Amino acid sequence: MIRVEHFYKNYGPYPAVIDVSFEVLKGEIVGFLGPNGAGKTTTMRSITGYLPPTSGNITVSGYDTVKYSLDARRHIGYLPETVPLYLDMTVTDYLSFMGKIRGMNQKWINERIDKVIDHVRLGDYRNTHVGKLSKGYRQRTGIAQAILHEPDVLIMDEPTIGIDPIQVVETRELISELGESHTLLISSHILPEVSAICPRVLVISDGRIVADDKPANLSNRLSGTERIEAGISGTKIDSIISNLRKIDSVIDVRSDSRAEQIDQGKKENFIPIVVDAKTNENATEKIAKSIVDSGWGLRNLTPLPMTLEEIFLQLTQEN
Amino acid sequence: MKNIYIILMKEIKTYFASPMAYIVSAAYLAITGFFFVASVSDAFSEATIRGYLAGATFFMIFMSPAITMRLIAEEQKLGTLELLLTSPVKEVEVVLGKFFASLATVIVMIVFSLYFVVLLYIFGDPDSGPLLNGIFGLLLYSSATLAIGLFASSLSPNQIVGLIVGSGILTSLTIIDFISNRVTGIGSEILSFLQLGASFSVFDLGSLGVAESGHFADFSRGIFSLVDVIFYISVTIVFLLLTIVILESRRWR
Repeated sequence: MIRVEHFYKNYGPYPAVIDVSFEVLKGEIVGFLGPNGAGKTTTMRSITGYLPPTSGNITVSGYDTVKYSLDARRHIGYLPETVPLYLDMTVTDYLSFMGKIRGMNQKWINERIDKVIDHVRLGDYRNTHVGKLSKGYRQRTGIAQAILHEPDVLIMDEPTIGIDPIQVVETRELISELGESHTLLISSHILPEVSAICPRVLVISDGRIVADDKPANLSNRLSGTERIEAGISGTKIDSIISNLRKIDSVIDVRSDSRAEQIDQGKKENFIPIVVDAKTNENATEKIAKSIVDSGWGLRNLTPLPMTLEEIFLQLTQEN
Repeated sequence: MKNIYIILMKEIKTYFASPMAYIVSAAYLAITGFFFVASVSDAFSEATIRGYLAGATFFMIFMSPAITMRLIAEEQKLGTLELLLTSPVKEVEVVLGKFFASLATVIVMIVFSLYFVVLLYIFGDPDSGPLLNGIFGLLLYSSATLAIGLFASSLSPNQIVGLIVGSGILTSLTIIDFISNRVTGIGSEILSFLQLGASFSVFDLGSLGVAESGHFADFSRGIFSLVDVIFYISVTIVFLLLTIVILESRRWR
């Protein structure tokens, strides 16, 4: 459905995307994961025909996005990062305009508007001006226009950015539903979000694809280590470090250098530490046992999620 | 063609749903009315629309960019331009749809103002030929100013930039005789050929309504001149092409 071959894109002398190749098959849901500025939006804009590649080929449903741009565009539903809406139109007028501009006839438009509004649950707002809708409902209107013309391929750039948590959950459910009948490419900079929706993830960093895998495999590759923070009282930092390092799952122990943690430690009279440990070896349990056995006070023990920056650092260092 | 029509209808609908349409139309009627009255209210004055045309060509300098300023700038700001240009629509269709929409709104205003002409026929005996010629010229002049305004709107996502750049270009092309009168030789000829409308001699009560120079001078006097027709059509086409180039420029930037 989407085939990207040796895609390069430069903005002036600056390369934004370097030699990216991948293929998305019919019916696949693929997550496009990367930090801001990695080249996600650029790649998506080239797939939709908005920006031509500097070199390389992109085809959608068999149509080259440069040579047969109009044909390729007919097969794409696109939701850009800033949801593109005419604020002074009603939801129905907006969808009707988008349908016409994509060459749908009036009968087809009327049929689809009813279905699509139902699908994205916008029924109560069909005659409301788009400018008066909340961010979440605007997002749904954006999704509605993308699926209106029954495209083969759906491309969504950061579809859950800037909406509240409840609506994020609803939007994710909606996207999962859409995945049953469309080929989907979704970008995000949030790993758990992509893992929740997509069976396959492409990771892009500094314009290069650094991983193409299932989210589960990705997590295993990434989380060779986990990080745990702890607050310990009734002893000295040196004895904590020497004791905890004896545990075989522990890789490193050091005092926590974050100002907030240090302050809290002083106030409540404990020593904040950070432990790096191997995953899947119950390190947390072993650490807790060791502390208690030593007769110290255990104030807190919390696994820290890895930040996206650390994940990318790890992936890019691997390559 | 169909896409041009779809965009045209959408823009007209949006325009007349906003207060802008009524403010601009009212200002147009007020200013052209003022010039019209000033030119025909003297004893023994001629029954012509020269005063009206002078007011219209003058006001168009600000009005055309005001009508066109949102047409492309707003689409850039809202991000809808990206959506339009990733739909099966060509840049040229977007630009033409928007241009014809702005021209249609100006035609509506001109039609509203035609009661001046009715008044002339009731209270006087105007020559129909020069009158029609004048209105024809006004349409051509409007389309040139609207094309320039549309071009200005495409330069930035900020509507105000579109308004100021558009009015700036139109004002420069209007008062260019300030410079062309002060240089000599071929330079003077080129500069005075670029003069778009009437110069500010329209403010000189002695020659009120009779533009001394510029491509509108003959239309204002009631004379049909092919050179001026071609000039206005060329300016329109050149600026529409430039607008298309600006929209396409994202491809090679």
